[in-house]
Amino acid sequence: MSGEISRDEVAHVASLARLSVTDDELTTFTDQLCVVLETAAQLNALDLDDVEPMAQPYPLANVLRVDEIVPSLDRDEVLSQAPAAEEGRFRVPPALGEAP
Amino acid sequence: MSSPVEPGLKSAAKLAAAVRAGESSAADALAASSAVIADRDEEVHAFLHLMTERAEAQAAAVDAKIAAGEDAGPLAGVPIALKDNMCTRGAPTTCSSKILEGWHPPYDATVIGRLEAAGAIMVGKTNLDEFAMGSSTENSAFGPTRNPLDTSRVPGGSSGGSAAAVAAGYVPLSLGSDTGGSIRQPAALCGVVGVKPTYGAVSRYGLIAFASSLDQIGPFAHTVEDAALCFDVISGHDQLDATSIPEPLAPTLPNLHDGVEGVRVGIIDELMGEGIEPDVRRRTEQAAEALAAAGAIVDTVSVPATIYGLAAYYLIAPAEASSNLARYDGVRYGQRVDGANVATMNTNTRSAGFGDEVKRRIMLGTYALSSGYYDAYYGKAQRVRTLISNEFDAAYENFDLLLSPTSPSTAFELGAKSDPMSLYMCDVCTIPSNLAGHPAMSVPFGVGDDGLPVGVQVLGPMLQEPRMFQAAQVLENAAASGGAA
Repeated sequence: MSGEISRDEVAHVASLARLSVTDDELTTFTDQLCVVLETAAQLNALDLDDVEPMAQPYPLANVLRVDEIVPSLDRDEVLSQAPAAEEGRFRVPPALGEAP
Repeated sequence: MSSPVEPGLKSAAKLAAAVRAGESSAADALAASSAVIADRDEEVHAFLHLMTERAEAQAAAVDAKIAAGEDAGPLAGVPIALKDNMCTRGAPTTCSSKILEGWHPPYDATVIGRLEAAGAIMVGKTNLDEFAMGSSTENSAFGPTRNPLDTSRVPGGSSGGSAAAVAAGYVPLSLGSDTGGSIRQPAALCGVVGVKPTYGAVSRYGLIAFASSLDQIGPFAHTVEDAALCFDVISGHDQLDATSIPEPLAPTLPNLHDGVEGVRVGIIDELMGEGIEPDVRRRTEQAAEALAAAGAIVDTVSVPATIYGLAAYYLIAPAEASSNLARYDGVRYGQRVDGANVATMNTNTRSAGFGDEVKRRIMLGTYALSSGYYDAYYGKAQRVRTLISNEFDAAYENFDLLLSPTSPSTAFELGAKSDPMSLYMCDVCTIPSNLAGHPAMSVPFGVGDDGLPVGVQVLGPMLQEPRMFQAAQVLENAAASGGAA
């Protein structure tokens, strides 16, 4: 890792994360992310070849429960908190093309 | 420095005992809490939302139980504040973000059910850095919280509102969440006790996720005893959290006053050097002396990888955050800014709803996880996490507990740390425990050169909360009897 990120890469990452950024914001964010990534580059000093990655601290695996139907959240209450709902479902704009 | 605290609201244990004995009532305790909040919170801004109706109903239920001669629980009538990233059914839960404004969760977090069953009264939701990303509580969409001990200073963060609510005497107890120090650092800066439990000891169900492998809920209190009491109530297995530890946990309260005779305590060498203010270092050394005076065997210990904790954390936490915060897409909850199609609506919603720090971390995390960079950033940080954990394990072969400062400095002024990296440095002493999943807590131990509180951090190995609380109790006793003068 070089510890640097270009303006174009920041713009690309923003679009992947569904964030729109202005030109000024792009400049600021690029500078700030470079500083953080320079700090991250400290990790290059470590020899980690024989070290396993750790995803979470407590060794639990395959956490299962009995497959029984239990009460869940109230659908109407959940949908009442959505920006738009219709006929028991979340309502969104068209996924393909544009709204007429 | 003393805060204008109502004596009755300083001790949860004493208040609950009085309520249980019928000497006081839950309704009176709630009224006293509400009066202090009304008097002072316009200035401090610890609360985002008061849950008055629900609190009054809870207080009435507790008082009715006592009148009927029933057991009202170990926290009977104790007013409690909740960080606003814990879901409260029917009451606003914002994470201090515009994107969740107006959302009323359809369920309660597990900790809330446990507190309620123990007789506690939920008075309201406290301010935080947006989505718990920050160390000063300045980074809230609804304005900063101020330190009740000196309102020109920050309370620390991200659980600054919960720390301030206790420090200001609004409530004797509150809950925060700690991903990289967000309970311990504000506890230190506000002069109260703050605990980050072992990862998995307290259910995260209903805690809005920031970095799921690091997040943990814990208490703030004026006393170690109250923190232990609250921890014993909220901890324990929960089927609704797949990372919850299934084995029964040892309660901390019964052996709280067992002392530290023969307990081996190591001062972490790497966290006592450059970057830690001299007055904070001095208080930490005094705390070590106090433990030694109480019979502990104190020495210094080297845990070299702790200095890489910050770098690893600022890859792991943003990576997990970028994934967790993908759910704010304008579809199921909170705000939507419309667009001609789904993708545009998602982008419009997220761009308007998130603040700059959240956007920075989402972008950083997206980058660290992206194709071609995953191994170099996220993968490497996860290996460093193992390294830190292994080094802690090695240290705990020779020591029972470790000791360090909680925060490199006392509370700083609002606006003093405007660039992201200088704020990130606030968490250098607290991050290693989150990476390893170990418990750690901050205990007030005297003041710095500026007269503001200093917190000392007691760290323990996995699930060693009982011993950690015992050492913290010794420090509290020592500070009260002039050991931190």
